[in-house]
Amino acid sequence: MSAPTTDRMTRLLALVPYLEARPGGVRLADAARDFGISEGQLQKDLELLWVCGLPGHGPGDLVDLSFEGDRVRVTDTAGLARPLRLATDEAVALVVALRALLDLPGLAETDAVSRALVKVSAAAGEPVDLAGAVSVSIDAREQVLAVVRRALETGRALHLHYYVPSRDERTERTVHPMRLLLVEGHWYLEAWCRRVEGTRLFRLDRIDDLTVLDEAAAPPEQARPRDLDDGLYQPGEDQPLVRLRLDRSARWVADYYPVEQSVPVEDPPGGLVVDVRTADPGWARRLVASLGGAAQVEDPPELAEEIAAAARAALARYTA
Amino acid sequence: MSAKRAERLVNLVFALLGTRQFVTAERIRVTVPGYEPADGTERADEAFKRMFERDKSDLRELGVPLETGRTSMFDPDEGYRIARSAYELPEITLTGDEAAAVGLALRLWQSAQLGGAAQGALVKLRAAGVDVDAALPLQPRLDAGEPAFDACYTAARDRRLLTFTYTRPDEDAGARRRVQPWGVVSWHGRWYLVGHDLDRGATRVFRLSRVTGTPRASGPPGAFTPPPDVDLAAVVARQVGRPEHVVVLTARPGTAVGLRRRATALGTDAAGDDRLEIRTTEPWALADEVAAHGPDVLVESPPELRAAVVERLTRLAGTR
Repeated sequence: MSAPTTDRMTRLLALVPYLEARPGGVRLADAARDFGISEGQLQKDLELLWVCGLPGHGPGDLVDLSFEGDRVRVTDTAGLARPLRLATDEAVALVVALRALLDLPGLAETDAVSRALVKVSAAAGEPVDLAGAVSVSIDAREQVLAVVRRALETGRALHLHYYVPSRDERTERTVHPMRLLLVEGHWYLEAWCRRVEGTRLFRLDRIDDLTVLDEAAAPPEQARPRDLDDGLYQPGEDQPLVRLRLDRSARWVADYYPVEQSVPVEDPPGGLVVDVRTADPGWARRLVASLGGAAQVEDPPELAEEIAAAARAALARYTA
Repeated sequence: MSAKRAERLVNLVFALLGTRQFVTAERIRVTVPGYEPADGTERADEAFKRMFERDKSDLRELGVPLETGRTSMFDPDEGYRIARSAYELPEITLTGDEAAAVGLALRLWQSAQLGGAAQGALVKLRAAGVDVDAALPLQPRLDAGEPAFDACYTAARDRRLLTFTYTRPDEDAGARRRVQPWGVVSWHGRWYLVGHDLDRGATRVFRLSRVTGTPRASGPPGAFTPPPDVDLAAVVARQVGRPEHVVVLTARPGTAVGLRRRATALGTDAAGDDRLEIRTTEPWALADEVAAHGPDVLVESPPELRAAVVERLTRLAGTR
């Protein structure tokens, strides 16, 4: 079966038990949200179920639903009162994720996670034994995680010091938290930063001296969460270009940062010439210097000279 | 999926759940709406048979425990039924904080590899009456877009031999690997496959992003047994992680903000520079970082790291 087919069958078999578990009825909009579908799709699903039931399809054999205003409830389940057991992959997804949470005490109450894990494992049955096929180790136990979570829960602004690696400096800011994200193994706080009047991502392991303020968090209307599907680095088109010649060992730069152009070259063997856009010449200088000679700056030449001069000055200190 | 087919499958579940006796295919054909009725022609019988075979396989794929057995002691015909105890998700009651933990855990898979399975689990738990709420704006998510994940996970789950092409970063061409896959691990934001490499006769760790093409599973399921109680994350940590080194740096006052954040201050040296102690499991990455600071930061000890930085600076100072 295709994935959409599986999704729909899973949902159709779950809908009647879902309503049965809520004898007072459910608002159609809430049910649609719970199943992650539109109200129109929910209507279609309910209409389909309404003509289903036990063979014979006589009175008392069919699913019976009752609609009252914007609410729906089930008056006859035709024997389908409980959801289907968790499929192997569903049990694995659930158990592996809960185990990962156990390692992140700042994010969820460890005690609650342990209890949930016991109950879910019992309900899932044997497939839990297969959960060994996947393991998730996030290992980002930032102490600030618990503080950020508390600010989000209570809707408070935060005061913090933030380390900016591209300029190697510490900045002081008051921010209005919007959401907490885990992207590519790092935790980020997305917040409205009052200092720059914009939405910014703050990597949690670069935050120091974090305090929750009494001031309520109030990100302005124009504060929008960023779409991160295209990656964390989204340079503007008006930013200047830096052209780098990468050794084979530095080719990862092209995977890690968005490069505009990437041309394989023979010199050095297996090398790559890439164009990177950045508004911050300090970032490019640090990147190239940290590659320790595995990348050459082709353009602009002043940047190449600046890096070489700094290295010569450092060598002079070592030999002094 | 057509509404007709969905309706037929749902009705089949109702019919087989609602019986204790095994029901023959012929009986199902007559009582469950939507099947090609018998009209005495072979064509109609063939059409029904194909349809019913496909429906059985669809139900099994959904995880519906379809049983087969003799319809009665005196009747040689095979029949079908669904045992309610095997079908139904056992009772599960979660407290508010446990349900919140489950909701948060399942968000790990959002738009990631087991996203569909996590959504299925969520739907079933909600149908069991658990209100899995997602109130806090927390978005932990695992790195999506790892094309080799599905094949590796499925082979590890089913314990089948896996063959794939693996390209190490310092190689241009990939090499064929034959592995008994024990499991896939997300470790520090990156996905790895852990298993027993048949050609090298040893445990190996593979970065999924370095697998080229689609890995191919072969042979029967259950072909091997991973070592009992193997901790996949620990295997990856051992292979990828390294021992800790103690490094002493000297930094000009007011510089090296980032290095100071993770350093212990050891006072000042004769030249008035600050002495900093840093513990690291990645000495070469630290050498890169120190070299990028130019004359502001020098390595005092150990000598190997000092030499590594001088080597980098020499390359950076090169006349290019």
